[in-house]
Amino acid sequence: MRPRSRAQRRAADAAIRVAMVPAALIGIAVLAWILGEVIARGVGALTPTFFTELPTPPGMEGGGLGNAIVGTLLMTLLAALMGTPVGLLAGVFLAEFGPSSRIATTVRFTTNLLMGTPSIIIGIFVYSVLVLPLGHFSGWAGAVALAILILPVVMRTTEDMLNLVPDELRESGLALGAPRWKVTLGIIFRAARSGLVTGVLLAVARVSGETAPLLFTALNSFYWPGSLSRPTANLTVTIFNYAMSPYSDWQEKAWGASLLITVSVLVVAVLARFVIKDGRERA
Amino acid sequence: MMMATEERVFVQAPSEVAKQHAREIEDVFRLPAKVTVRNLNFYYGGQQALFDNSIDIPALRVTAIIGPSGCGKSTHIRVYNRIFELYRSHRAEGIVEIDGENILSPTTDLLKLRKKVGMIFQRPTPFPMSIFDNIAYGVRLHYRGSRSEITDRVEDALKRGALWDEVKEKLCEPATALSGGQQQRLCIARAIAVEPKLILMDEPCSAIDPVATSKIEDLIETLRDSYTVVLVTHNMQQAARVSDFTAFFYKGHIVEFGPTTKIFTNPDNEQTEDYITGRFG
Amino acid sequence: MTDSTAEKLSVPPGAPRDQSRPDALFKWLTAACSLVVIVIMAGILFELVRNSGMAFREFGFSFLTTDSWNPILSDFGAASSVYGTLVSTGIAMIIAVPLSIIIAIYFVEVAHPKVSRLIGGAVELLAAIPSIIYGMWGLFVFAALMQTHVQPFLGTHLGALPLFQGPPMGIGMLTAGLILALMVLPFITAVTRDVLMMVPPVLKESAYGVGSTMWETVRFVSLKYGRRGIVGAVFLGFGRALGETMAVTFVIGNSHRISASLFSAGNTIASSLANEFNEASEPIYLSSLFALALVLFGITLAFQTMAHHWVARMQRLEGGDR
Repeated sequence: MRPRSRAQRRAADAAIRVAMVPAALIGIAVLAWILGEVIARGVGALTPTFFTELPTPPGMEGGGLGNAIVGTLLMTLLAALMGTPVGLLAGVFLAEFGPSSRIATTVRFTTNLLMGTPSIIIGIFVYSVLVLPLGHFSGWAGAVALAILILPVVMRTTEDMLNLVPDELRESGLALGAPRWKVTLGIIFRAARSGLVTGVLLAVARVSGETAPLLFTALNSFYWPGSLSRPTANLTVTIFNYAMSPYSDWQEKAWGASLLITVSVLVVAVLARFVIKDGRERA
Repeated sequence: MMMATEERVFVQAPSEVAKQHAREIEDVFRLPAKVTVRNLNFYYGGQQALFDNSIDIPALRVTAIIGPSGCGKSTHIRVYNRIFELYRSHRAEGIVEIDGENILSPTTDLLKLRKKVGMIFQRPTPFPMSIFDNIAYGVRLHYRGSRSEITDRVEDALKRGALWDEVKEKLCEPATALSGGQQQRLCIARAIAVEPKLILMDEPCSAIDPVATSKIEDLIETLRDSYTVVLVTHNMQQAARVSDFTAFFYKGHIVEFGPTTKIFTNPDNEQTEDYITGRFG
Repeated sequence: MTDSTAEKLSVPPGAPRDQSRPDALFKWLTAACSLVVIVIMAGILFELVRNSGMAFREFGFSFLTTDSWNPILSDFGAASSVYGTLVSTGIAMIIAVPLSIIIAIYFVEVAHPKVSRLIGGAVELLAAIPSIIYGMWGLFVFAALMQTHVQPFLGTHLGALPLFQGPPMGIGMLTAGLILALMVLPFITAVTRDVLMMVPPVLKESAYGVGSTMWETVRFVSLKYGRRGIVGAVFLGFGRALGETMAVTFVIGNSHRISASLFSAGNTIASSLANEFNEASEPIYLSSLFALALVLFGITLAFQTMAHHWVARMQRLEGGDR
C-alpha cells in the first residue's frame, strides 16, 4: 500500500478552512443585513401615535396601529391560555404515563406531524370549523388557530424537560406517600420549571409573529378590537396588507410593525434564555 | 551490580534518582530511549499541572505510569501526541523527543506524529460506523490501497488486537453493538492498523469488567514485542502485572521511575512506598 | 358485600383508596389532553377532504396534472402550484443545507469559542424571526438587488441555460427560493451546531489521535455521529420551506404558470392560498383551494413520515442507544 500524501490531505483541510470563512461571513452578513434593514426602515415609523392611534387612510398624516398591537397581544395571550395548559398536561402524559405505550407513541408521532403542518393549513382548518359555520371572521378563531400552533411545541418541550428530571426525585416523592398528581405538579414541575417556562415563552413568541393562520380567521380590521367575535386587527396581517399596497406611508407603517414584531420576538427569546440560565445556576 | 546501584542511588535527590535510573536502564538493557522528556511543564490556563517532568521511556517495553488521581498521569501522556492542543487554554513547555525529534517544536507534522503515536482512551471510543470501517478508517486516512489490501490490513489489525475470532463473522455490524471490552480491543486494533511505533493507553481498563480487563492485559503483553507502550493506570496490580518499568507521579511531579520490580518491592522514595502500600491515594 | 370486594380489588396494593381516585382522574385528564392532538389532525384531514370533494368530483385526478387556473371559466388545476412549491423548496434546500452545515462546522471546530458562543447564539435567535420579516426584506430590499445585479449577471453568464433566461424582474421563482434558503438557514445551522457540540470530546480526540485532520474528523466522525440529528433538522427545514407562506408570497410574483425560467413569476400552494382564499366567491373556486391545501397537507405528511422512518431505520442500523 502506498502512503497517502499528507500534503494533499492537509491541503484539502486548509481549503475547507479557507472556504468556511466566506461562507460563514456571507450567511451571517445577510442575516445581519435583514435585521439592519428592518431597524433602519422601521424606526422612523415608531412615533408615539404609532402605538396609540387608529390607522388612517392612505395619504393622511399621522395615525397608528394601536388597534393591531392590542389585537395581536389579545389573541396571542388567549392562544397561550388555551394552548399551554393542554400542552403541559399532554406532555405529562407522554413523559410520566407509559412513555413507550402504543398510545403515547402514536400521540408523539402525531404531535410531530402537527408541528410540521404548514401554519396556513391550520388557518384553513379553523376557517372551515369556526368561520364558515358561524358566518364571520373573528378574533376567537384567530386565537384558536394560534393555540393549535402552540400546543405541539409545548407538548414536546414539556416531555423533554420532564424526562430530564431524575427518577430518584419521582421515587422519593412517591415514597413519602404523595399521590402521583401531587408529585408531578408539585415536585417534577418545580424541578423542570425553568425549562418549561422557556419552552412556553419560545412557543408563544414564535406564534406571535405568525401571519398565515390569521389570514382567514381573524382577518384584519381598521377599528379597535371591541369584541373578539368580529374581525380583529393584528400586526402581521396589517404588515401583509400594507406592504402589498402602493402607498408609501402604509409601507412605512408596515416596516414599523415589522420592527416592533422582530424586537418583541427577539426580546422574549432572549428573556427565555435567561430563564434557563437562571434556573441552571440555582439548581 | 544491581545492589550496588541501589545503594548509591538511595542517598540522592528524587529527580537525580530518576535520571540515574534511566542511565542505568539504558546500560543494562541497551535499549534506545524511544521517548525522552526533559523539563516538561504543563498548564491548564493559569494552573500548572506538570512540573519539570523528565523521563526516558525505553523502546519495546511497557512503561506504566501510576499515581493518585489528579496527579497528572493522563496530562503527561496527552503531550506525547499533542492531543491536548484541541483545547485552547492547554499549554505545554519543555522538550519531548520521540525518536530524537522534539515533537513540541512548532514545525512538527501533527498528522505524521499521530500516525506514529497511537492512543487508547479511558472509555472505548468506537466511531459511529461498522467494525470493519472503524479499522479501515485510519488505514484509508494514511494509505492508498486496493480494497483487498485494506481488507488484509483490517484482518491483520484485528488479529493483532486479539479480536478477529470474535468479530470475523460480523464485520459489517455497527461497532457500538460490541461489548465494552471488545470495543476497547477494537480501539487498540484501530490504533495498531496505522502502524504506530508508540502506543499510549490512558487507563484503558477503567470502564471494563475484570474478565475483559485480563484479555486486554494479555494483549498488552503481546504488544511489547513490536511496540513501545505507555500505560497510565490507577490499578497498581495491573502496573505490576504488565509493565517492565514504572513511573510514580505525584502532584504533577515524577517522583520515582525505575524497573517495575524495584518500584514495587524496594522503592527509593518514601512517597512511592506510601502509595504502593496503600497508605494514601 | 360483593360490592365492597370489587372495590377493594380495584385499588392497587399499598395505595390508600382516597389517593388512587384523584390519580386515576389525573391520568385520564392528561391522556385526554394528549388526544387533542390526534383529534386536531383527524379534523384537519376530514375538513380538507370534505371541502375539497366538489373540486375532485369536478376535475378528478386531472386536478393534479393540469396547470390551468382560471376563476372566470371555473377551471382549476394544481400543477403550477405544486411545481412552484417543489422548485422553490428545492432551490432553498440546495443552497441552505450545505451552507448551514459548513457554518455550523466553522463555529464548532474553527472559530474562537467566544465568537462561536456569541454568533452561534445570535443565529439561534434569528431562527425565531417571523417569516413575514423575510418577506418584507425580500420584496423591498432583495428583489431590487436581484433585478439590478444578480439576474443580469446570471443572464449574461449562464443565459444559455433556459433556467436563467427572460427579463430580470426581481421577483420570481429564484428570488423566492433564495429567501426561503435564508429563512431555513439559521434553523438548520442552529440544530447542526447543537448536534456537533454534542459529539463526545473523547471521540474527536481518538479521531485526531489516529492522525485525522480537522476536516477528516468532522466529515467521517462528527457528522456521522450526529447524522440522525442533522438529517432530522434538514427534513424539518424542508417541511418549513414547503409550507412557508409569507416569505414566499411577497416575492414569487403569483402567477399560475409553469415556466422553465427561474426568473419568471410563479406560485406555490401556500402563496396561492394566501392570495386567493378570501377572494374565492364561487363554491368550486373555494373547493379547489381546499383541494390545493389538501395536496400540500398530503405532501408534508408524506415527507415527514418518510423522514421519521428513515431516521428510525438509521437508528436501528447503528445499533447502540445514543
